[in-house]
Amino acid sequence: MSEEKKDLGQEILKEINQDHPKTEHTKKPFLGKAAIPLLAIVTGLIIGALMIAVTSQTVYAAFGDSIGKGFVTAFTEIGTAYKALFTGAIGDPIRMIDAVKLGDAKEIRQAFNPFLESLVQSTPYIFAGLAVALGFRSGLFNIGVEGQLFIGAACATFVGYSITGLPAWIHMPLAFLAGALGGALWGFVPGFLKAKTGGHEVINTIMMNWIAFRLTEWLLSGPMTRPESGGMPISPIIQKTAEIPQFFPSPIRFHLGFFIALAVAYLIWWLLFKTTWGLNLRTVGTNPRAARYAGLSTTKSIILAMSLSGALAGMAGAVQILAVNRSMALGLSSGYGFDSIALALIGNTHPVGVVLASILFGTLRNGATRMMVVSSIPIDIVDVVQAIILMFVAAPAIIRSIYHLRKPKQEEQQIFLSGWGGQS
Amino acid sequence: MTTNSRVLEHKRVVEISSTRRIVIGIVEILIGLLIYLAFAAKTTAEALTKFVMTPGGIDQGSMADWILPSKITLTVLAVISLVIGIFQLIRGFKKWTNLMVGICALCLIFGFLVWQAAGKQLNLAGMLSSAVLLAVPITLGAFSGILAERSGIINISIEGMMLMASMAAAVVGSVTKNPWLGLLGGILSSILLALILGVLSIKYKVNQTISGTVINIFSAGLTAFISQKFLQHIQGLNNPKMFTRVPLPGLANIPLIGPILFNQNIFVYLMFVILIILQLALFQTRWGLRLRSVGEHPKAADTLGINVIRTRYMGVILSGLVAGIAGAFFTLGSVGRFDEGMTAGKGFIGLAAMIFGNWMPIGAIGAGMLFGFADAIGSKLSLLGSAIPPQFMAMAPYLITMIVLAGFIGKGQAPAAEGEPYEKE
Repeated sequence: MSEEKKDLGQEILKEINQDHPKTEHTKKPFLGKAAIPLLAIVTGLIIGALMIAVTSQTVYAAFGDSIGKGFVTAFTEIGTAYKALFTGAIGDPIRMIDAVKLGDAKEIRQAFNPFLESLVQSTPYIFAGLAVALGFRSGLFNIGVEGQLFIGAACATFVGYSITGLPAWIHMPLAFLAGALGGALWGFVPGFLKAKTGGHEVINTIMMNWIAFRLTEWLLSGPMTRPESGGMPISPIIQKTAEIPQFFPSPIRFHLGFFIALAVAYLIWWLLFKTTWGLNLRTVGTNPRAARYAGLSTTKSIILAMSLSGALAGMAGAVQILAVNRSMALGLSSGYGFDSIALALIGNTHPVGVVLASILFGTLRNGATRMMVVSSIPIDIVDVVQAIILMFVAAPAIIRSIYHLRKPKQEEQQIFLSGWGGQS
Repeated sequence: MTTNSRVLEHKRVVEISSTRRIVIGIVEILIGLLIYLAFAAKTTAEALTKFVMTPGGIDQGSMADWILPSKITLTVLAVISLVIGIFQLIRGFKKWTNLMVGICALCLIFGFLVWQAAGKQLNLAGMLSSAVLLAVPITLGAFSGILAERSGIINISIEGMMLMASMAAAVVGSVTKNPWLGLLGGILSSILLALILGVLSIKYKVNQTISGTVINIFSAGLTAFISQKFLQHIQGLNNPKMFTRVPLPGLANIPLIGPILFNQNIFVYLMFVILIILQLALFQTRWGLRLRSVGEHPKAADTLGINVIRTRYMGVILSGLVAGIAGAFFTLGSVGRFDEGMTAGKGFIGLAAMIFGNWMPIGAIGAGMLFGFADAIGSKLSLLGSAIPPQFMAMAPYLITMIVLAGFIGKGQAPAAEGEPYEKE
């Protein structure tokens, strides 16, 4: 294809892809866009509260006494649980204010630790959520984040403990990049298969997940095992030079990785929305036929997008190892793979949205740990709430009918995924 | 009606391009070389492989052990693969291609077993028997997928439905002390999830992959929540009575086949019954034609007076029903209690089996058996003290799935309107 023709195609694409009614766009208040996700979150939390009350034996006992007593007990149960969720996630407000008044640096740090810990929990979510969002933008459904994360973590761990004598400013980035590279490889394979053979990425990434689990299981109990572990599947501890630094003395784990995550999110935003490459990728994602017509290579775009998505997932694993865990064990991930899908969708597959959604879920998960201690409510309630929020975000019509919202003039469709056949 | 059905079938002609012919031929030759160089060449000439042909603990339908000279057997298998491969490369098998690939795969698997068990003994019948059992959730998962997808709805939430059903079956089965009621409970819970999937993807036109993901996350969360909150403390809730082996009179006495197929629990028989019903219903009845037409060309179906929405709901609900049986298998037919995440991706492998089997029930059961067999090899070989790490054997089903998806099924044979919400004009 000649240069001129291609340029024309690019021009047409730019025209098509512009958010054309510019005026209407600016008029739209921020809340208009955020209303559905916010209401979805609120509704999700309400349903979570109902679940707490319904599964509590004390509430049933109280209802046995009298209905009024039952309701009171139900509300106190929910209150205690959600209070624990809040103080676990953000901190105890009274203690925070007192600490600031007192001006004692150590006390301030400790009072604010729950909040900082929430950011620590959010960090891998940001990477993983971006990985899925990038995939969605290019019309690919990457369910393989979990596996890519495991391989990324394994690569980062290996570089982290096996190389000695490097200065920290080389070793740490090297280990982190190794993680990204490992994840990229794990994303490249399904991307390549999708582009070249039409094998659907949903199935292939899931298969790659299971291969990754078995592979890391073997690595950790074989070649990468810690010599003194006595057969336990755990890796050696990484070198001091490979660690991503934590800002405060232990037990506060807040680390540089959070800011790396924000920087990467900015980078992805820039890539997607400010470069021709990003435009091509989004075009392939939303309208593959137009993309082919404009002479774009869907093959290249699919492979690149999957590799990059895998790299982001690999970073999620690497940051967890290098900044928090400092060695790798099998229980590395608590379901980041599926969580990240929810994050990408709730964040409307936009990097800013993904960062916000990740912080929200990191906070929820961190708070839920405390809720489990105080009210003995299993942490998995977060998954249920997450699924419900995701459902409402995906089907805004439900939320609109609950809260009697008006239907917007033009529904924005962000995500286009193909069926098993691969071509649309 | 017959003409209609012929038109629908017409799209499903398998075309084999010349590159595919050559690639498959090369793969088959490589299999032959692998069997010869990696297995046969490393076996001593006098080594014997002993296959026990009766599963342990069963006395009906016993068969004498097979004692094979390892090296000669392996050489024969290698030659068969090489001949098939060379013929494929030169002439091509046309419509028999997939069958020939299957024969080569069998040579490879059988050769691998002969090599691993050279100088030892291996209970081949026991392995096959457990392969059939392991194939049950995968095959039923594939059937579940077929029912939904033939009506035009992608169902990636089979995993979630199975997980929910396995828990519901365990709880109901424990409380009522009746496995049949447990099975029913599992089915109902799964149908409930299927209804949610249906409402989300049919009524609210949510992207079907996403609504499936919602259900997967939801049921993983809810089952883990209930398991930790109740099942782990209250033994009476997670102690269901299991379905036991029921030897079918007469059939169970056939040597080899009897113990493997006809001396199993009710789930294995259900799998075969559903296979027959599904195969007949989909392709021989008006109901099946309607279901398929809605999945292929909903607009045309609508014009002919078929209620697209209702047909799709029916497809999804039936899909939930079958997924429920598959889920109940884990607690009532295999393990005897519920554990968190016990379905371990079997629902997704079921989807792969569905694709491998080309959206045909008969193909799906073949693929399911293959995956079940790969699973069984993994667990048996680690008992045999193989040098290959068990983790690598456990990877086999996943690798096979990917290779199969990449190489042997070709493109575009899925129901044409799959994944698209139907909008009545």
